[in-house]
Amino acid sequence: MANDALNKALEGLDHALIAVRQAADSVPDVAAVAGALAHGATGGAIDPFIFQLAIFALAIFVGYYVVWSVTPALHTPLMAVTNAISSVIVVGALLAVGISASGLAAGFGFVALLLASVNIFGGFLVTQRMLAMYKKKEK
Amino acid sequence: MNANFSAFLYLVSGVLFITALRGLSHPTTSRKGNIYGMIGMGIAIVTTLLLAKPTFGGFLLIVLGLAIGGGAGAVIARRIAMTSMPQLVAAFHSLVGLAAVMVAAAAMHAPESFGIGAIGDIHPQALVEMSLGVAIGAITFTGSIIAFLKLDGRMSGKPILLAGRHVCNAVFAIALVVLVIMLVGTQSTTVFWLIVALSLALGVLLIIPIGGADMPVVVSMLNSYSGWAAAGIGFTLGNLALIVTGALVGSSGAILSYIMCKGMNRSFISVILGGFGGGAAAAAADDGVSRTVKQGSADDAAFLMSNASKVIIVPGYGMAVAQAQHSLREIGDQLRAAGVDVKYAIHPVAGRMPGHMNVLLAEANVPYDDVFELEDINSEFAQADIAYVIGANDVTNPAARDDKTSPIYGMPILDVDKAKTCLFVKRSLGSGYAGIDNTLFYKDGTMMLLGDAKKVTEDIVKAMAH
Repeated sequence: MANDALNKALEGLDHALIAVRQAADSVPDVAAVAGALAHGATGGAIDPFIFQLAIFALAIFVGYYVVWSVTPALHTPLMAVTNAISSVIVVGALLAVGISASGLAAGFGFVALLLASVNIFGGFLVTQRMLAMYKKKEK
Repeated sequence: MNANFSAFLYLVSGVLFITALRGLSHPTTSRKGNIYGMIGMGIAIVTTLLLAKPTFGGFLLIVLGLAIGGGAGAVIARRIAMTSMPQLVAAFHSLVGLAAVMVAAAAMHAPESFGIGAIGDIHPQALVEMSLGVAIGAITFTGSIIAFLKLDGRMSGKPILLAGRHVCNAVFAIALVVLVIMLVGTQSTTVFWLIVALSLALGVLLIIPIGGADMPVVVSMLNSYSGWAAAGIGFTLGNLALIVTGALVGSSGAILSYIMCKGMNRSFISVILGGFGGGAAAAAADDGVSRTVKQGSADDAAFLMSNASKVIIVPGYGMAVAQAQHSLREIGDQLRAAGVDVKYAIHPVAGRMPGHMNVLLAEANVPYDDVFELEDINSEFAQADIAYVIGANDVTNPAARDDKTSPIYGMPILDVDKAKTCLFVKRSLGSGYAGIDNTLFYKDGTMMLLGDAKKVTEDIVKAMAH
C-alpha cells in the first residue's frame, strides 16, 4: 500500500516535471517572438537619431515652460547658470583628451577642457554668489 | 561602463539641470537649484571618465585641465564686481562657443574616439551635426567677444554700419551652407577650418552693427546661440546630457531675448539688423522752443523726501556705472526709519542685461520683496509723492507713451511723471542711450538733480541726517 502511494506520487512528480520542461522550452520561443515583434515595431526601423531628436524637441518645450516660470528678478542668475550648464560640453573634451589616439585631437580637447572648466567653476560659483545676496525683508 | 547605464546617467544629469532652472522660480528655492546643477555637472563628468577609461597620463592631463581652468574660473567668480556682470556673462559665452569649436575639431581629427567613424570616413549625419555646432559655436565666440568689448567700454557702443552688410551676411550664410555640403562630400579638414573661419567672421559682422541700447537683447541672444552650439555637438556625440542642456539653454536665451525686445517695443529682426542707439544723440537738437528745466539741490531733495509718505525709487544703468546702489540703500533705510513707504521699480530693460538691477540692489542688501517689476508697480506712481529716478532715462520718457512721432513710441515705460514730484538724477541734460530727448525734464513736477549719481545720493543721505 505504501509502495503504491509512493509510485503514484513519483508518477505525478514525473508528469509535473514534464509539464515544467515543456513550459520552460516554450519560454524562449515566447521571448523570441516578443523580441521580434518589438524589433519590428521600433528597434530596427528607427534610427537612434530620431530618439535623440525627440528628446531634444521635448527638452525645448520643458525649457520653454521652466524658463517662463523664472522670476524676472533672477534673470541675471538664470543667464549665469545656463552658461554654467552649457559647459557640459566638457564631456566632449574629456573624451578627446582621455581616449583619442591623435595628439592633435588631444590638444584641441585639452583647450576645450580648459575653457569649459573656467565656465563650469566660474558660472556655478558666480551664480551661488549672486543668489546668496537675495534676502527677504526682515520683519 | 555599460553604454546603456552611462546614457541613463547622462539623462539624470540633464534632469538635474532642468531642476536647477526650475529652482530659479523663487529666490528661496534658487540656491538649492544651483546645487542640483552642480551635482548634474559632477555626474556628467564622472560618467564620462568611467566611460572613457583614460590612461594614467590622460587622467593626469584631465585633472590638470580641470584644476587650471577651474581655478581661474573660481578666482574670476569671486573677484568680479556685480556691476560688471554683463561683461562677464558675455565673456563666458565666448568660452562656450570656442569650446564647442575645439571639441568639434578634436572629433574631426580623431573620429574613432567619438564613435562617429574613421578619418576620411566620418558618418555624413555626424558631419552635418558637427558643422552646425561648430558654425554656431564660432559665431557665438566672436560675437560674444564683440559684445564683451562693447559692454566693457573698450569699444564704442555706437553701431558700426558697413556698407552692404546685409548682402555680405547673406553671401556668408550661403557660403556656409555650400561648405557644409562640401565637407560631407570631401571629408576634408581644410573645408572644416574654412567653415570655422567663415563663422568667426560672421560672428563679428553680426554683432558690430548692433548699438549699445540693444545690448540686453544681444547678450540673451548669444546665450541662446551657445545653447544651440552645445546641442549640435550633443547630437554628434549622441550625448543626452548635452542635447537636453543645449535645448534648455537655447530656449532660455530665446525667451530672454523676446522679453528684452518686448521691453523695448522692438522686433527681434530689427535688433538683429542693427543700427539703433548710441549714435544719433545730435538728432534730438533744439527745435527753437525755449524749455525751462527746474534744478534742485541735494538739500531740496532730502527735504521733499523726508516729508513724503510714499517714495518709489527707479534705478537704471547710470546707477551701476556710478556704483550708487549702496548709498541708494541708505536713503531707503533712512526714509523707512522715518516711516516713509519705500519701493523700488525696475524696468525690464534697465541695465545692460536681464535682471541686472535686481542683482545690484540685492548686493546692496535691498530685500527682494521691496523690488517690483513694471507691471506690478506702474499703477502706484499716481499715489506716490516722490519718484526718485537714478541713472534711468529712456525707460521713463513719457514720449514713448504720448508722442506717436517718437522713435521709442510704444515702448512700455515707468510712469514716473504721474508721481507728485519726480526727482531726476543725471550727469547732464543730454539725451539717453537711445539718443532721444526726454520730455520728462521739462515737466512742472520734475526737479533735476545734476551730478554724479553716487555723489548726489550721498549728499542727500548727509542732508537727511541733519
